[in-house]
Amino acid sequence: MNYAMIRFVLARTFQLMAVLLLLPLLVALVYAEYNRMLIFAGLSAFFFVVGYLGAFKKPENRLFFAREGFLMTALIWITISLLGALPFRISGEIPHYVDAVFETVSGFTTTGASILSDVEVLSKSTMFWRCFTHWIGGMGVLVFMLAILPLAGGSTMHLMRAESPGPSVGKFLPRVRGTARVLYLIYISFTVTEIVLLLITGLNLYEASTLTFSTVGTGGFSITNDGINPYPLASQIVIIVFMIICGINFSVYYFFVTKKPKEALKSEEMRWYLVILFGVATMIAIMLYRANITATPGESFHHALFASSSIMTTTGFATLDFNLWPQLSRTLLFMLTLLGACAGSTGGGFKVSRLIICVRRIKNELIFSTHRKSVRQVYMDGHRVESTTVKSVMTYVSIYAFIYVLSFVLISVDGFDFETNCTAVAATLNNVGPGLGMVGATGNYGAYSVFSKIILSLDMLAGRLELIPLMILFRPKSWRGD
Amino acid sequence: MQIIIVGCGAVGTTIIDQLSKEDHNITVIDLDAESLKDVVDSYDVMGIVGNGASYTTMKEAGIEEADLMIAVTQDDELNLLSCLIAKKAGNCNTIARVRNPVYKQEVGYIKEELGLSMVINPEEAAAQEAVRLLKFPSARKVETFARSRVEMVTIQIEEGSILTGKTLQQLQKELKSQVLFCVVSRGSEVIIPDGSFVPQVHDEITLIGRSKHMISLFRKMKLPTSRVHSTIIIGGGSVSFYLIEQLIALGVDVRVFEKNKERCKELSNILPEALFINASGTDRDMLMEEGLADAESFVALTNIDEENIMLSLFAKSMSKAKRIIMLHHARYGDLVDTLDVGSIIDTREITAEKIVQFVRGVSNSLDSNIEALYAINEGKAEVLEFLIREGAPVLDIPLAEMDLKKGVLIAVVLRGNEVVHPRGDTTIHVGDRVIVVTTISGMGDIRDILNKR
Repeated sequence: MNYAMIRFVLARTFQLMAVLLLLPLLVALVYAEYNRMLIFAGLSAFFFVVGYLGAFKKPENRLFFAREGFLMTALIWITISLLGALPFRISGEIPHYVDAVFETVSGFTTTGASILSDVEVLSKSTMFWRCFTHWIGGMGVLVFMLAILPLAGGSTMHLMRAESPGPSVGKFLPRVRGTARVLYLIYISFTVTEIVLLLITGLNLYEASTLTFSTVGTGGFSITNDGINPYPLASQIVIIVFMIICGINFSVYYFFVTKKPKEALKSEEMRWYLVILFGVATMIAIMLYRANITATPGESFHHALFASSSIMTTTGFATLDFNLWPQLSRTLLFMLTLLGACAGSTGGGFKVSRLIICVRRIKNELIFSTHRKSVRQVYMDGHRVESTTVKSVMTYVSIYAFIYVLSFVLISVDGFDFETNCTAVAATLNNVGPGLGMVGATGNYGAYSVFSKIILSLDMLAGRLELIPLMILFRPKSWRGD
Repeated sequence: MQIIIVGCGAVGTTIIDQLSKEDHNITVIDLDAESLKDVVDSYDVMGIVGNGASYTTMKEAGIEEADLMIAVTQDDELNLLSCLIAKKAGNCNTIARVRNPVYKQEVGYIKEELGLSMVINPEEAAAQEAVRLLKFPSARKVETFARSRVEMVTIQIEEGSILTGKTLQQLQKELKSQVLFCVVSRGSEVIIPDGSFVPQVHDEITLIGRSKHMISLFRKMKLPTSRVHSTIIIGGGSVSFYLIEQLIALGVDVRVFEKNKERCKELSNILPEALFINASGTDRDMLMEEGLADAESFVALTNIDEENIMLSLFAKSMSKAKRIIMLHHARYGDLVDTLDVGSIIDTREITAEKIVQFVRGVSNSLDSNIEALYAINEGKAEVLEFLIREGAPVLDIPLAEMDLKKGVLIAVVLRGNEVVHPRGDTTIHVGDRVIVVTTISGMGDIRDILNKR
């Protein structure tokens, strides 16, 4: 076990946080919130000093393996959540530390579940930090560190694999660092484009940037109590487009940029993702129109598509309160909550590619039942899926179900209704944000007890890190040995 | 550089290990997903499962942007085909491993017609190494630099050697030798010695100097300097074939032990000058009968590493012969080095070293300026040849004033046809070739030898 390397990377995380806090500091400066400025500046300086001291002695042995990779990833995410919560707590805007941590975890994991009933009272800089956590967590803290820090060596792939979502994480460039840089380059260009487009549709720079952070990170924190409804139609369309874009595997864009559109279009996951998304949106639109919730077919489709893409990409923005929609629409949205976006995107959830692998595996199993000696393998994108990957997907399903049921039972202690609890776990474990019932689009998680909030925070982390790293962190044996 | 490597067996992995340290973008193609996964887990490279000779796979690996393609699968024809496809699709440099002796006569033709940059035959390369050692029997390892004008020779200090018990400074004065003591391996430790270093028995010392100085130093140390005249070879594999062929050309008396009668017949047909004995190398009486006690050299080339080691130890107990063994697999850490088995040749290591040398040459024309590289003691130390260009930070500074990193030694400066032995007041000029010995791995530029300011 390479403890020195873990310490070193954690110290670097402190320093990274110090740098990231400079952005809300700037916002505080612009809006003359001097009290907040002091908090951000103080914390930034403190984190930097701690990080500097921690990283002072460089580890002699930089070699580490999968075990350290998973542990580092889990520890880094817990660290940034605990540190990122401090501005909320110190400024007094979220008086309880556990609430602040819940809000921060929700931010970094791009969940967008909130304990605040009134978000409009937050100061500009705190609100900015709240949305900015989405942006940081979207593409991943470690991927960012891999892109900028000289952590060379074969070991770095263990970190990337532990943080990136999807059943099989590959590189599209030979080196981890190159891949990480390309990912961030694409991510940043999406961010800049969306900010510019939102400015054109008439939003101010503050609204445009905060909403963009929440969109491209597929997070879902909004800056008004009414979600996205107050903004013009054009802005809402921009947000829909970028939610959908950021729910697609980023390697698709890499292939587009490198002029290999054929490779890009080969992605079965992307095609199924779009088919499911538009299929569900159309069904919901028809139901909304027939139930007279919306006036025109165009308006129905707009709201239906907004809700579907918001839920499927695990963003969690809302225009209308879908809690009040017809029962089948609600059920369909809940199904999208469970499914989630594509692997390798900023979205969370179970991932479309896992569904594809599962369905094909089941099909093979059925054929095997009737043809005892048949030999069949699972294919995706024209390639054979390794049997270890198929196995890991099956394991994922079991762990997912197990964590789901366990959390559901644990938070039911608080005594809320079945629908609320059931969707609360689904919405946090899949990093969506809003569920149904009390935690619906207009509700919040504030009513839950401290214990339930901790459980749900862990669910969010488990969902973002794809279950395994967190499980390994809590397995005592992982810490033992050499 | 963008490099594609087809095949991640033993040689492939050794090449990846070396090249991934040197800032290259490497993509590996192999049919076996399992072994590919091992490589991708341990090195920062991209793996693609597929047939290296397939155009689609090559394209997926980015052959269009590649600078170099190295084909080192088990299969000669697959390697050649991969090179052909890579050449047509990407117009890059290509290297193929071709080991079938049938192609030996045709290497030149194949290289020319298929546009290959390099064809490497591991067995032949290993045989060449063995020949070099037999020409210089006191040495454990021999390499040459700068068109053979400078030699790098590794020797082991034996009991009663005049090198022990004195500091290098004293030795240099006493022996009046121009040869530089540049690396010492003691157990598993590798040291770059300074003037106050005292050599001990069993140390392995690497010397660098001109051939004639080397010979005069060996005479002073009372070590044999002439090549061997007779040899016993155990095993009649392909390395043996190449070795026998070259030794016969040198006029050495060769006796070969080979268990398989058919193989004996086959070899004696092609190489009638050698004496083939149809017996196992472990047949002690037969060995004695064929004159092991008086043999000047003994080469164990069977396919079993353990057998080679034991044979060498047996030969040591029976004669004063110069011993060479071949190892294929694990080195058991440094354990083998403690056994005094003589010189070791390792086809995998030799192949990888030759390819890495070539890669450095190619990347030299692109961005780095390393001309050649040799690894000492499995890469714990490296000997590098740099070409000095305009603007290098070492120009016109006397060596004594240069702020060298710890573990760096400037061994020789080659200026035109002149070999300069560096002293405190030596300065380096544009166009010089500088040979640097270092324990720091992954240097890419002459500026890496200096401490950063």
